[in-house]
Amino acid sequence: MTTYSYYPGCSLKGTGKAYEESLLAVCGALGVELKELEDWNCCGATAYMAVEELSAFALAGRNLALAEQDPVDLLAPCSACYLVLNKTQRYVAEYPEIRQKVEQALKAAGLTYRGTAKIRHPLDVLVNDIGLKAISGKITKPLRGLRVVPYYGCQIVRPYATFDSQTHPVAMDQLLKATGAEVVKYPLKTRCCGGSQTGTLPEVGLRLAYILLKEAHKRGGDVLATVCPLCQFNLEGYQDKLASEYDDFVPMPVLYFTQLLGLALGLPAKQLGLRRSLVPSEPILARRNLHAA
Amino acid sequence: MRLESENPLTLSNNGSSRIGFYVCHCGTNIAGVVDVQALAEYAAKLPGVVVSREYKYMCSDPGQELIQQDIKGNRLNRIVVASCSPHLHEQTFRTATAKGGLNPFYFHMVNIREHVSWVHEDRTRATQKAKALVRAAIQRVSFHKPLERKRVPIHPDVLILGGGIAGIHAALTMADAGKHVYLVERDPTIGGHMAKFDKTFPTLDCAACILTPKMSMVRAHPNITLWTYSEVTHVEGYVGNFKVKVKRKPRYIHEELCTGCLACVDACVYKDARYPDEFNLGLGKRKPIYIPFAQATPLVVLIDPETCIQFKSGKCKKTCVEACAERRAIDFEQREETKEIEVGTIILSTGFQVFDAKRIPNYGYGIYPNVYTALEIERLINASGPTAGEVVLRDGRKPQTVGIIHCVGSRDENTNRWCSRVCCMYSLKLAHLLKEHTGAEVYNFYIDIRTPGKGFEEFYDRLLKEGVHFIRGRVAEVTDWAMTPDEEGKLVIRAEDTLAGFVRRVPVDLVVLSVGLEGHADAEDVRRTFNITCSTEGFFLERHPKLAPVDTFTDGIFLAGCCQGPKDIPDTVAQAGAAAAQCMALIDRGYMEIEPNTAWIEEELCSGCHVCIAMCPYTAIHFDAQKKVAVLNEALCKGCGTCVAACPSGAAQQNLFRDEQLFAEVEGVLV
Amino acid sequence: MTAIKQMMKYEADRDKEFAHWVTGVVGAEKIRQCIQCGMCSATCPLSIYMDYTPRRLIHLAREGFKQEVLGSFAIWLCASCYSCTVECPKQIKVTDVMYALKRRAIQEGAYPKRLPIPVLAREFYKMVRGHGRITEGRLVFNLFLKTNLLKMLGMTRLGLGLLRTGRFSFFKESIKHRKELGALLDAVKSSKEVAA
Repeated sequence: MTTYSYYPGCSLKGTGKAYEESLLAVCGALGVELKELEDWNCCGATAYMAVEELSAFALAGRNLALAEQDPVDLLAPCSACYLVLNKTQRYVAEYPEIRQKVEQALKAAGLTYRGTAKIRHPLDVLVNDIGLKAISGKITKPLRGLRVVPYYGCQIVRPYATFDSQTHPVAMDQLLKATGAEVVKYPLKTRCCGGSQTGTLPEVGLRLAYILLKEAHKRGGDVLATVCPLCQFNLEGYQDKLASEYDDFVPMPVLYFTQLLGLALGLPAKQLGLRRSLVPSEPILARRNLHAA
Repeated sequence: MRLESENPLTLSNNGSSRIGFYVCHCGTNIAGVVDVQALAEYAAKLPGVVVSREYKYMCSDPGQELIQQDIKGNRLNRIVVASCSPHLHEQTFRTATAKGGLNPFYFHMVNIREHVSWVHEDRTRATQKAKALVRAAIQRVSFHKPLERKRVPIHPDVLILGGGIAGIHAALTMADAGKHVYLVERDPTIGGHMAKFDKTFPTLDCAACILTPKMSMVRAHPNITLWTYSEVTHVEGYVGNFKVKVKRKPRYIHEELCTGCLACVDACVYKDARYPDEFNLGLGKRKPIYIPFAQATPLVVLIDPETCIQFKSGKCKKTCVEACAERRAIDFEQREETKEIEVGTIILSTGFQVFDAKRIPNYGYGIYPNVYTALEIERLINASGPTAGEVVLRDGRKPQTVGIIHCVGSRDENTNRWCSRVCCMYSLKLAHLLKEHTGAEVYNFYIDIRTPGKGFEEFYDRLLKEGVHFIRGRVAEVTDWAMTPDEEGKLVIRAEDTLAGFVRRVPVDLVVLSVGLEGHADAEDVRRTFNITCSTEGFFLERHPKLAPVDTFTDGIFLAGCCQGPKDIPDTVAQAGAAAAQCMALIDRGYMEIEPNTAWIEEELCSGCHVCIAMCPYTAIHFDAQKKVAVLNEALCKGCGTCVAACPSGAAQQNLFRDEQLFAEVEGVLV
Repeated sequence: MTAIKQMMKYEADRDKEFAHWVTGVVGAEKIRQCIQCGMCSATCPLSIYMDYTPRRLIHLAREGFKQEVLGSFAIWLCASCYSCTVECPKQIKVTDVMYALKRRAIQEGAYPKRLPIPVLAREFYKMVRGHGRITEGRLVFNLFLKTNLLKMLGMTRLGLGLLRTGRFSFFKESIKHRKELGALLDAVKSSKEVAA
């Protein structure tokens, strides 16, 4: 049983609940224990840094300091959290002025900082730690015939390409292939979905979502696989608006890669949060004879 | 504090010191800060100083005259001049000293300009410092010994490594001057990159038409020994006396018997050519027995053992041998041969390699079929290329729109920082040729248009007139997803049209990547073989970027062409001529004088520990296995002093930096 | 008749302090070396909606045209996708520059009051300071309250969908050690920030 520390981030407790559920389920099935980081705080995402710089680093730094207390690696599934924690660690190491202020701030909260926490993404852990071979061995219901479009989004590959290529990542493609699904060649796999613009500036954000979903459909995709709760929300949540705006728009379910992996591992739909989707995936799964348990 | 050492006033060889001291005003450069009058007065009182003068410009003729007259008139036996940096006038004053009848190495120079007047402002303290330096020099110079510049003879033969236009031009220049040249080329033919070009900018001369006559002249020249398909494996020796081992790879053809009739190629059991051919960068096909291109020089076929059936299975009808008939030029048993030659000078003209466009996946090279590099497009455009000059897409259609992307792998911290100098011009050339060949709409995406040479700006003007679109903006990506019906089935280039002020998507059929120039991947290995240096960018390093662009730090070895840095053909040819001239200067003089600031190893003191041998950056020291001591080759020694500092037994010592000289100098500064 | 504007810029229009401040931003160390190649704008998925593209902003900022820069719409459109940072041939961290400009604009109040993005940033900030975590439902509600309450009506369908699927968070998410977090953030406040 391998253990990892687990940093859910605010989204996984809210709109991204299905991500957490499916991640925990998949980890359970693969013999990985996730211990939620005690009293973690919000990483700040992209919004906090827009208001203050040093306190943004200190805010994220608190999580790093808490994580350090346990020698195991810290799993951060949300792309924004993954980026912020990595960035904070690097900037604190690279800029002495930032390090000094952050350590000072952490001290006021009774914490020390050594910079030893290792922040990992579930894709990285699944493909590199557990290994595709081990995962393939546990697949009981291969997703044969399901055409999946792998969508990485931006913040897990940019700017720190720690475990995959920045422009042409393949980790998720490989994982999806191991589930037996047909992985679609998708040139927009790292193009930004719009992030927080989609909710606040729909005229901009919606179009970005449209571009991604339109091409996914054009390439013959049945379902889009994501790694980020905001991407998942942006691409799924406004499909009705897209349908009314664009004549050629065809709705497509947007699932987390962990949900797809869970299906292939034979886990029950309830455990994977499939019913939390706003654009249901059951119809396409049924059409491909892949009924969830 | 005085050391218990030799009394500086009594010398080991010829009695007491009689020092002539001169301080130069250098106009106001020195005199403006240092009180030269006071300095001369101070020096006059130092022990051993017989004459002490100050003069406006010591390096001038009258200044030098002063030294010569004083030597004769005052029976001086040591000279010290306090002026500028030895880099400038040490030679001048040494010559003046020699003219005065004294060994030039009895002269010593003190730098009170770069080390004092140019870096300090306080007059009093500057003069104090100058006094200390002068005192040190005067104490030191008494310990100077007479030295002779050794002469090494220069072998008249020349080795030129690399048979591109640089090597060819240098070879012809020297061969015409009566020198014997070995031209060694790694590929089976000479011609280099230039042989692959279609036209050359800005005149649009046909590259092959201007190159092949020179290639023929090389082949025919009685003074040139042309060894193609060969590599240098070992170099030993020093300027004037290099011993080089050249490995001649087997073509499996006797070069002297082959007439280049190509009957064997026609007769080969492979009826159709099916292997990617190197000359056309893999765009065309060849058979296992082939000739690189029609004007290959020497016009001799070669067999590729990787693809030839006879080599792979041992069972072939060998129709090639049959076709060769009575000439019997084919020999499957041919072995690699090592030749050993002696040369006096070497020119490296190994050229460049193009940037590997796969390193920028955003541009789609190797991902989308219709993305080509500039060099590949040259082959398509060229009439003797794989498509006989038809520029077509992979599916055979003619392109209606073409995008040319500048600065691929140049001016980029993420790949290569430098500007590759020729790409703007060749991009303009390709724009013109592509328009001419296909009538397509051509878009050039650039950051700056660099057209510094003769006729270059005019060429740009011509292109503008021809209606090529120039969009100033570095391209972010080449993709195949469409946003509008026009973009369906095309490659879309996304760039900001910075001059217009908005982002544009331009759908094209064909994308040409203007790849930059780099040093060869094995430049490090080559430079080590020849004992020269590479710059951080991976090109061979010249001795001085402005004043010695074709020299290296190793005497007798010169550079020419793109191996020293990206440049176009006229500059390459100019450098080749310059390198040839440098070689001929050495050869015609017949000897080279070596600066005697070299080290030597005292045999009796050497313990044979090998430390100096490992430390010498110029591999100038070797171990004499019989005597079990280290032996230093003065011709290779650069006088860096590393061995002297490293030697635990004090056996390694250096002329002009002997212990007693240094101790006297240090003492003089400290008192 | 349309008013004719004079676009001439004099040296007096340059804010030298602003230009100097930009070069000191963490990540903007090489901003003076920008050759204006346009790579950032070309790779940015949102540049086509901006009044000033990232490239133009960089040049305007380093020259000191503060008003144009801080008053621009562009800085709020940045989604922090880091494409520009990754592609820049001079390795200028353009995303970090954008963040710094956002911060300065908020500090100086130089943004339209009802523009949702800066309001979202500030509401996010306040919520994290107060509770240590974000309650998404509440955040969105606060946002609409402060910008355009009517717009919220357009979101009813989505809201109901989220409620139905159990993804609507309204109960306050909070950390246990709020006091420590407060002390941590105050400790930073008291010392001077690196980039104003």
